[in-house]
Amino acid sequence: MEELTAWERVKRARSSERPTSIDYISGIFDRFMELHGDRVCRDDGAIVGGIARIEGIMVTVIGEQKGRTLKQNQKRNFGMPYPDGYRKALRLMKQAEKFGRPIICFVDTPGAFCGIEAEERGQGEAIARNLYEMSALKVPVLSIFIGEGGSGGALALAVANEVWMLENATYSILSPEGFASILWKDGKRANEAAGVMKITAEDLKELHIVERVFGESLPQKEEEPDGFAADGWGTMLENGALTADGDDTKQEDTEDEEEEPNVLNRDNMELVAGQLREGILEFLRVYHRKTPTQIVQERYERFRRF
Amino acid sequence: MGEKSKKGDFMADAFAEPQVPDGLFQKCEKCGEIICSEDVVTNYHTCPNCQAYFRVPPRARISMVADKGSFIEWDMGLPVSDPLKFPGYLEKLEHMRQVTGIDEAVLTGAVRIDGMPVAIGVMAASFMMGSMGEIVGEKLTRMIERATRERLPIVIFCSSGGARMQEGIVSLMQMAKTAGALKRHSDAGLYYVSVLTDPTTGGVVASFAMLGDTILAEPGALIGFAGPRVIEQTIGQKLPEGFQRSEFLLEHGFVDKIVKRERMKKTLSFLIEGSGGEKPSLVRTFAAPVPPQEKVEID
Ligand SMILES: [Zn+2]
Repeated sequence: MEELTAWERVKRARSSERPTSIDYISGIFDRFMELHGDRVCRDDGAIVGGIARIEGIMVTVIGEQKGRTLKQNQKRNFGMPYPDGYRKALRLMKQAEKFGRPIICFVDTPGAFCGIEAEERGQGEAIARNLYEMSALKVPVLSIFIGEGGSGGALALAVANEVWMLENATYSILSPEGFASILWKDGKRANEAAGVMKITAEDLKELHIVERVFGESLPQKEEEPDGFAADGWGTMLENGALTADGDDTKQEDTEDEEEEPNVLNRDNMELVAGQLREGILEFLRVYHRKTPTQIVQERYERFRRF
Repeated sequence: MGEKSKKGDFMADAFAEPQVPDGLFQKCEKCGEIICSEDVVTNYHTCPNCQAYFRVPPRARISMVADKGSFIEWDMGLPVSDPLKFPGYLEKLEHMRQVTGIDEAVLTGAVRIDGMPVAIGVMAASFMMGSMGEIVGEKLTRMIERATRERLPIVIFCSSGGARMQEGIVSLMQMAKTAGALKRHSDAGLYYVSVLTDPTTGGVVASFAMLGDTILAEPGALIGFAGPRVIEQTIGQKLPEGFQRSEFLLEHGFVDKIVKRERMKKTLSFLIEGSGGEKPSLVRTFAAPVPPQEKVEID
């Protein structure tokens, strides 16, 4: 695993270059058919869901979906679901339970959407209902954090038998900015907050919040002369270190936009998707042998122990 | 026409349907083009020029999604019901039977879809607006009950103007009857796909059409409880473009997926494979890797 600060990982998790749920779905499953709608009010673009096949096994797949462009984000709402999204997810999960399909969730959200309509339609109720119903699903549930895991908006898809994270995914009670602003009355100390919040995959594995962490390290590129590449990296790390004290967040943002060759993106995600595919197949093999009662009880205890 | 009917799977059935234009050519009501009737039929009953969807006769519909020759019809010729003794109703029914070649506004039976046995109901908009009276409700309910007993998934192609007015309150009871049968089918762990085609309105929308585990719709179909004209008269406003069309329902969360006719069989097949009974995927043994054959469908 790469040596990065928590704040650097937060930035990786938020990067618009990072593969989204749809990218993983395409990269992992043999076939996927999207299904829409909460049967109440709306089809929420911030959550995609449907039925997928992997080596002949049918599963239900649900993922929080960010857009890359402004136009995509009009549909995806930056991956921030409305209550409608959580209700769609629950509808698909209950159907998965009815037909005995294991459930695979991809978590990637800054948080549940915050707004008037979201409250009117019961954002809190929708998240609560998911936790309540997911705790008793008779089929195995696996949640994989691929980017941001923002609070209740993430947990609403993560009451799972196992929770896995990618190396640079995060999972937290709220954003480092929010944490800093609440505890220190200073949102600019996000960088520092990230360092103490225990939001990285490694930290969360130690706390037994997650079962597995998947590395994002990529094979070395050959074309670049060694010295040049090392220099490039050295400079970037130094720049990172310089701003690590955190008063110039703007500079960091512009730095983000330069494409770093070693950072996980859609073009180089094949290896990570392959590892997740193997992991999912192994998960399915293990849980295939368990009874519904066992599956429910284990999930209950997984959260009971906290 | 006889020799031509060998050309496509569903041509023979389609040409046996009197409501398909007998002439070699017909005029498309959408684009006004004069089009060859045979092209319409081989083109899934769409306009070869503007791709407008024409209504599909029920037997042609079955041929479009079922394995060839697999349809076995159930519960034909149930006794006619005329609870209101409505003047002229029996004569009207008899006339419709002769004109359409089917005995009521729904056909039911069993088919195979990619080898998987499925109970099916197909409504006929051509038969008194596809309205639901006692026989329609009874045929569907018997089909659903039999599917529950025989542990079959169900597909219903809906197309209906709503309740059969000539049967009054008895027609309303069909909504509760079909819904109750579907609840038992669902509680038995069985799968039901409802397919909404143009038009699906009134009592059918407010009962079995909206109760699918999965709800599919054809593009551009009119789907709603109250008809658009009734709503406009009631609220005294013009309705927005696209109101109560499939795409509107998708956006509002009531439809899982809009499926074009040429993709319908493949879509049903995949969905039924994924929900073909109690716990199919957990019971299934882990087979050797299957090469990816089909793409990811995100829409
Ligand atoms: Zn036309």
